[in-house]
Amino acid sequence: MATLEIHDLHVSVEAENGPREILRGVDLTVKQGETHAIMGPNGSGKSTLAYSLAGHPKYTVTGGTVTLDGEDVLAMSVDERARAGVFLAMQYPVEVPGVSVSNFLRTSATAIRGEAPKLRTWVKEVKEAMERLHMDPSFAERNVNEGFSGGEKKRHEILQLELLKPKIAILDETDSGLDVDALRIVSEGVNRVRESGEVGTLLITHYTRILRYIKPDHVHVFAAGRIAESGGPELADKLEAEGYEAYVKGGASA
Amino acid sequence: MAETIPAAGATTEGAIQVGQPRDARVSAPASYDVADFPVPNGREEEWRFTPLERLRGLHDGTAVATGGGVKVEVSAPAGVIVETVGRDDARVGKAGKPVDRVAAQAYSAFEKAGVVSIPKDAVLSEPVRISVHGQGGVAFGHQVVEVGAFAEAVVVIDHTGDATVAANVEYLIGDGAKLTVVSIQDWDDTAVHAAQHTALIGRDATFKSVVVTFGGDVVRLHPRVLYGAPGGEAELYGLYFTDEGQHQEHRLFIDHDTPHCRSNVAYKGALQGRDAHAVWIGDVLIRAEAEGTDTYELNRNLVLTDGARVDSVPNLEIETGEIVGAGHASATGRFEDEQLFYLMARGIPADEARRLVVRGFFAELIQQIGVADLQERLLEKIDAELEASVV
Repeated sequence: MATLEIHDLHVSVEAENGPREILRGVDLTVKQGETHAIMGPNGSGKSTLAYSLAGHPKYTVTGGTVTLDGEDVLAMSVDERARAGVFLAMQYPVEVPGVSVSNFLRTSATAIRGEAPKLRTWVKEVKEAMERLHMDPSFAERNVNEGFSGGEKKRHEILQLELLKPKIAILDETDSGLDVDALRIVSEGVNRVRESGEVGTLLITHYTRILRYIKPDHVHVFAAGRIAESGGPELADKLEAEGYEAYVKGGASA
Repeated sequence: MAETIPAAGATTEGAIQVGQPRDARVSAPASYDVADFPVPNGREEEWRFTPLERLRGLHDGTAVATGGGVKVEVSAPAGVIVETVGRDDARVGKAGKPVDRVAAQAYSAFEKAGVVSIPKDAVLSEPVRISVHGQGGVAFGHQVVEVGAFAEAVVVIDHTGDATVAANVEYLIGDGAKLTVVSIQDWDDTAVHAAQHTALIGRDATFKSVVVTFGGDVVRLHPRVLYGAPGGEAELYGLYFTDEGQHQEHRLFIDHDTPHCRSNVAYKGALQGRDAHAVWIGDVLIRAEAEGTDTYELNRNLVLTDGARVDSVPNLEIETGEIVGAGHASATGRFEDEQLFYLMARGIPADEARRLVVRGFFAELIQQIGVADLQERLLEKIDAELEASVV
């Protein structure tokens, strides 16, 4: 069973006056089949956690460990992490001019699966996955994220999630900027992947709205670069009612 | 003499000069004779980007033909006439004069000119192939491609091997004819190649040019388009992949001196490595008499690594307002770390990610060419180049 273990993770970014510590000792274990919601106010370090796990060069790990089934994730390059089974659905997916969605998906699937998918079954697989996400077939011929609306970008991220079938899916504010219809479609996509029971999900969000569609097993409140409180789904209800105020005050003095 | 009414804020002192002298963009008038051009010193507008010291004397008269410097082979479908002629042949020099010293040097020094003629009304089913293979020496060349009225042809010129070459290529395109030329500069990385390509487009004729530059130490091409009669159309496509230490320069000039002609230019380049230097100059002149002109030019550059340099200079000079359209665009962008991260985060290794992006960047241009089997071959060519060189 796939397990992502984060232990005492410290991460810094380069700021004007030297390195600034953003993650200050994160401990978290995500097992296959589980869904963890990470909730927190702006600037608490949620996205830094997501990008650090994926290996973005902007973030420097200064302490702690991250392992996937015992393998040292921090020692892997960005592409090695993806091939090991870590998937990050980005909050701001990047435009890649000149590269069509279809070419991108196939290249990515080839890299992740270790061999090129058979063309006939692949075309069908992509077509069906796109239909489930209510994406027009012409989408495949557009350049990656170029001129996509906010909703299209997020659907495209979830399309990749469905096709690449990672062991650990990190969804970084996938709900931000979505209207109710798009949120429902995207959430259904995430739930299809979760229902397979083969993925551990780390759902990073500022709002409780998406939790109406995607039910977490565990909820963690993130504040000042670490997990301030953990609980079950009832913790989300508390946050819905009371907001982050109690955590922000504590964080401000840190 | 008409009275000059100064615009608000304008000064009436001094002469108001309207228009430019015709040859303001070059330092000497066009001529067939090399002696009419001073030896460039690198400060001239047309030479300021070129590393003269790497031209191996093509610019200052010290380069001397070695004989057998390049091997030229022509294969053509039946009906096409392939000849070698002397400089007194009426077709030689007909498209236009050399406009810089190196082109004039080539014109003054070549011994025999190659002429490929496609007869009137002939529609070729196969391309004419001209292979220019460098054998390490110095050569001055001259090639004429003549397309008779209403004929249709594709000509592929392949440059390979190592050589120091200066050449003129002329395209004489008859009324209503259609000529597509693909010129591939796939030289070894030691070659020096400077050439002027001059197309003279007949009434309602179409000229499509595809310039592909991968190789060479220095490649400096000067594609020029002139219209002999109204209704002509020119499409100039180019792509270059400039590696570490290479200088690849494409200087285009489209002379709209005839009414109701069209031109469309799209050049794209990718650069990688230290001291990779690409130069793109796009001069379009719409003269007063060229009413109804429609022109657009575009240059895009993609810089893959630090240490590369692009100079992209579009110039649009318009002497009449009675035109359909005129525009230009130039942009140089980096392959960004964020793009690399995004692709790698989907399992794609860094070198493959770069290849994917460059291939896509070029594919966008190739799809515009509109000759299906040619597009296929160019993409294969690009794949091979990327496979060999993107690191």
